[in-house]
Amino acid sequence: MKRATNVLAALSVCAASAAFAAPPAPGDVVYEDGAVAQSLTGAPGDPAAGKVLMNKGSGNCIACHAVSDLSELQFHGEIGPSLDGAADRWNEAQLRGIVANAKMTFPETMMPSFYKVDGFIRPGNAYTGKAPEGPLDPLLSAQQIEDVVAYLMTLKE
Amino acid sequence: MNLQYALGIAGLTLAVGIGTAAFAGPDEDKLVINDVIEMITEAPAPEHVKQLGTIYSGWRFRTDDTQALEADDFSNPAMLAVDAAAEAFSKVEGEAGKSCASCHEDVSKFKGLAPSMPKVVDGKVVVFEDMINSCRTNNMKAEAWKWNSDEMQGMVALIKNQSRGMPVNVTIDGDAKPFWEKGKEMYYTRYGQLELSCANCHEDNYGNMIRADHLSQGQINGFPTYRLKQAKLISVHNRFKGCIRDTRAETFKEGSDEFKALELYVASRGNGLSVETPAVRQ
Ligand code: HEC
Ligand code: HEC
Ligand code: HEC
Repeated sequence: MKRATNVLAALSVCAASAAFAAPPAPGDVVYEDGAVAQSLTGAPGDPAAGKVLMNKGSGNCIACHAVSDLSELQFHGEIGPSLDGAADRWNEAQLRGIVANAKMTFPETMMPSFYKVDGFIRPGNAYTGKAPEGPLDPLLSAQQIEDVVAYLMTLKE
Repeated sequence: MNLQYALGIAGLTLAVGIGTAAFAGPDEDKLVINDVIEMITEAPAPEHVKQLGTIYSGWRFRTDDTQALEADDFSNPAMLAVDAAAEAFSKVEGEAGKSCASCHEDVSKFKGLAPSMPKVVDGKVVVFEDMINSCRTNNMKAEAWKWNSDEMQGMVALIKNQSRGMPVNVTIDGDAKPFWEKGKEMYYTRYGQLELSCANCHEDNYGNMIRADHLSQGQINGFPTYRLKQAKLISVHNRFKGCIRDTRAETFKEGSDEFKALELYVASRGNGLSVETPAVRQ
């Protein structure tokens, strides 16, 4: 199953690469009612990689969300709603929009904007507490956004 | 239990957004230190933070084990630093050949000072660290202590400990007003790449888990607190710094005007809670 997904992903990367040069810069992503129709990489993401990001580094979604599928991991947060059944509530474009910049869907939300690089107040150099040394990277790359979205698409009840 | 509750409430959370009160909340435990001093760990929110409804000491959000450490001075790991400060109080240092005790006699003379701190004197916010260093440099002709040093935080803890149990009562109007406003503005500013304000975590989500941490209201009535993680007494400003750093922001410095204004504001959100110094936290 996993292999099939990867092969598929590889195939569509080839198919798309001609038309799709580089991911859009965070400022160029088009949101419609919070949703982003176009894949940021022009290809489907890898749900297995997305699953890892839910618990890791800049993703760390379960700091705020509970996910039953990840129940082997300790300490799920209670800040946001459980993500169980997320794919029943939202379509892929909506989920992409929420992960890339949740404030386009929920205006004042506490959820960080994962594909955004400017407009911050006193941004720092990661978790050092110091000023950044150059332009900021988004919290998640275009590929990582697609991977997380692909994982969220598996959360059906 | 918490998790299930959070799961059940998911739909509601979506519909009304966050900002509704905490789901899991503080526990119901009572804090009586050394079986003698009854602490106010819960009080009606002061008029200027009515949105909280009730204010709680951070103690109410900690595990039973951590709570127990604070309830008895013999088990409170902060007491070592406090005892060391009590000795330092009468130790002669500096070119003037004086100790704190030369002028202030006994540290118990400072009873009643902590609840009103920080305060504004001559148009500046004054915190304990300023008072102590001013006495060290001007009155003793001794070297200033570093903000986060054990000596400094031990002395702050010793002085505040004299008022343990008394309710916090920080002045927010008059000369304090502009600083209080500045601190309030900071409290609601969404700093850093994660765009999180103090209020996002400590007002909208106290009682909820953020990963493995049970969020409190971020009160400072127990500072300096002994943090088990850092195995030492830590200052209010050091705690602020850590919380801001965790939003992937450029922080402010310990002792900065910004943190002093924030300290004044945050202290006032605890008006009515007992001074708990030295508290123990995870
Ligand atoms: C700091 C806390 C926080 C973090 C970290 C966070 N979220 Fe959220 N998220 C929220 C909140 C709060 C909401 C509810 C939206 C609102 O504010 O009304 C939400 C909503 C959502 C929703 C829509 C709710 C639903 O029905 O499922 C999805 C999907 C989601 N988040 C996915 C993620 C993913 C994926 C990550 C990690 C890449 C993540 N979140 C990280 C706080 C967070
Ligand atoms: C040479 C005398 C002298 C010495 C030595 C001295 N102080 Fe002071 N201290 C003063 C005076 C004078 C004031 C200001 C008047 C007042 O409020 O009591 C003051 C004020 C203070 C205050 C503020 C009191 C208030 O009510 O606002 C604190 C706290 C304090 N000193 C702590 C210390 C500590 C701790 C030491 C030792 C490290 C120390 N002092 C050493 C003379 C001294
Ligand atoms: C991402 C969430 C988050 C943000 C934003 C945040 N904090 Fe915290 N803070 C925590 C956590 C987690 C703890 C440890 C558990 C607790 O007491 O809430 C903590 C603890 C504290 C404590 C210690 C409380 C005690 O009882 O000892 C204080 C004080 C505090 N924060 C103040 C602040 C201030 C002021 C700000 C804004 C500058 C802030 N925090 C922003 C998460 C946050």
